[in-house]
Amino acid sequence: MIKTKYLIIGNSAGGVGAAEAIRKHDSSGTIIIVSDEPYPVYGRALISKYLSRERIFEDILYRDQDFYKQNGINALLDKNVESVDTNTRTARLSDGETIAWEKLLLATGGTPIVPPMKGADKKGVFTFTKLNDAKALDGYLNNAGKAVVIGGGLIGLSVSEALHKRGLGVTIVEMKDRILNVMLDEQSSHMAEDNLSNSGVQVKTNNTVAEIGGGESVTHVILSDGQKLACDLVVVAIGVSPRKNIAAAAGIEVNRGILVNRQMQTSMPNVYACGDVAEAYDFIYDICRPVPIWPGAYLGGMTAGANMAGGEAEYPGVTAMNSLGYFGLDIVSAGMVIAPDDSYELLVDESNGNYKKLVLKDNYIKGMVFVGDIDKSGIIFGLMKDKVDVSQFKQKLLTDDFGLIHLPEPMWRQRLECSL
Amino acid sequence: MAKVYLNPDVCIGCGLCSVYCTVEHSGTKDIIKTFNSQPERPQSRVRIEREGINAFSIQCRHCQEPWCVYSCLTGAMSKSAANNTVEYAANKCVGCWSCVMVCPNGVLARDVSTHQIAKCDLCPGRDVPACVANCPNEALTLMTDDGKIINGFSEDMVVENIVID
Ligand SMILES: Cc1cc2nc3c(=O)[nH]c(=O)nc-3n(C[C@H](O)[C@H](O)[C@H](O)COP(=O)(O)OP(=O)(O)OC[C@H]3O[C@@H](n4cnc5c(N)ncnc54)[C@H](O)[C@@H]3O)c2cc1C
Repeated sequence: MIKTKYLIIGNSAGGVGAAEAIRKHDSSGTIIIVSDEPYPVYGRALISKYLSRERIFEDILYRDQDFYKQNGINALLDKNVESVDTNTRTARLSDGETIAWEKLLLATGGTPIVPPMKGADKKGVFTFTKLNDAKALDGYLNNAGKAVVIGGGLIGLSVSEALHKRGLGVTIVEMKDRILNVMLDEQSSHMAEDNLSNSGVQVKTNNTVAEIGGGESVTHVILSDGQKLACDLVVVAIGVSPRKNIAAAAGIEVNRGILVNRQMQTSMPNVYACGDVAEAYDFIYDICRPVPIWPGAYLGGMTAGANMAGGEAEYPGVTAMNSLGYFGLDIVSAGMVIAPDDSYELLVDESNGNYKKLVLKDNYIKGMVFVGDIDKSGIIFGLMKDKVDVSQFKQKLLTDDFGLIHLPEPMWRQRLECSL
Repeated sequence: MAKVYLNPDVCIGCGLCSVYCTVEHSGTKDIIKTFNSQPERPQSRVRIEREGINAFSIQCRHCQEPWCVYSCLTGAMSKSAANNTVEYAANKCVGCWSCVMVCPNGVLARDVSTHQIAKCDLCPGRDVPACVANCPNEALTLMTDDGKIINGFSEDMVVENIVID
């Protein structure tokens, strides 16, 4: 049996955020991070840069190779945690090893969703959430000319761009009537879609893949409207669902994800959770819900780590927020991008081919979309996150020259004096 | 920690800080060559704002809670434990602009020539950053790690000693 003060399951944004925070409070307590992936922490979103061959493995590492050594972290890589027991405070690995812990963090992320589909077990069907997925795809591209990507969300666009850069013809099949429908409003979705079409990527909306056809390997798909598309490979990129099984089996309260409070504690003492596996605080909706983004995982991990090590930290929360630059079009979206009812106010600017939209409620920013010129999106995001009443400078928010100078003096002084 | 501060009461918005920032980050460090090679010239790390009689020159404020660091997908952004500044490793940046999305001061600029972020790095190799050194009105000052305030006119002249806690 191995003993450790801190056990972290998951070696990614959440796990590493936690380990770094623990070390700020506790320089010597033993830390073990377990991951079933064989790699030191890498930027998960960068697997598309790996697949496109813009980046080699060493260049997608999130921390230096000696990170674990420098921080006195024992990283058990390529090992799966099978179960945890919160009464005996132990965890069992698939290889039979038992780890005794004092504080536990579940940063297990998500698993790709693969809906039941005829032919999904054929050679040439992939998911795209980890480096090994990118490697598997990379190894399959030699004789491949056409790809079908199921799902027009973030991961779908990410893999489409990589495949496109590798010279494949790509068709995205999206069930809803527009791509990126979770994070964009209609207009910005259509701008993203036009940009894809102009880049030579086909988009089929209001459609799903009913069947993946071929012999042992994929040769075509049949869509729900009956169309048949020839292809050499299929990537299922519908999304991820929280990987909460070991938590649920241990009796930790779960809903869609693991329930946590603002300290990132689960329903069990000494057990914390963060990132894609958790339902953590969303500062726009003012509720806890799954928000599967890297910053949320890192911040949640930071908060959990501080509290695990005896500090007092509160999770500030994040909201659905993404910055995308796929196929050369820069897009930022955060919060409520569509007004839920007409008590909300919309500010829109469409000058110079850009699209900027803010959703306001009683003079507070609740959501934002920027397409093209995204340079001031951060100032707006800050005002939204800090819940600033914008009534005094509302008409300035979307102008080209908008800046700190338009904020009330105490606010710009605070910013210039570095007190954020 | 070393940081550039603006005295907003005397900034006239002349923009020389921005010009010299671009020159300093160019290969040649020559003003004529830098500005003749239009599209490739580096993005300034300083943003100038003007409104009425007010003007600001703003660079990275090295936030206490650096959301750019929390949001960076690659690990390019980090907060230095040694001197509390927000540091940026360009070799890691892929231009995802996650930091742009969350910078409350709007000072992380997209550099179109490199498709990477341009961020104030306090001019490594110089005692006094180029913006401070070339500010004609002493609106920009450098506060050094040990609390000295330096302005641009005489690069090594210590104008004032203050105590910070
Ligand atoms: C292609 C792609 C593009 C993306 N782009 C963006 C983007 O632009 N912006 C953004 O904010 N987010 C993006 N994301 C999402 C972001 O990567 C995730 O939100 C983030 O990685 C979540 O971090 P995490 O620490 O919660 O979990 P994960 O990164 O999912 O890591 C969890 C780790 O735990 C391991 N693990 C799980 N269970 C066990 C177990 N029982 N035993 C051992 N190990 C285990 C997993 O294998 C994994 O390595 C993208 C994701 C993908 C896949």
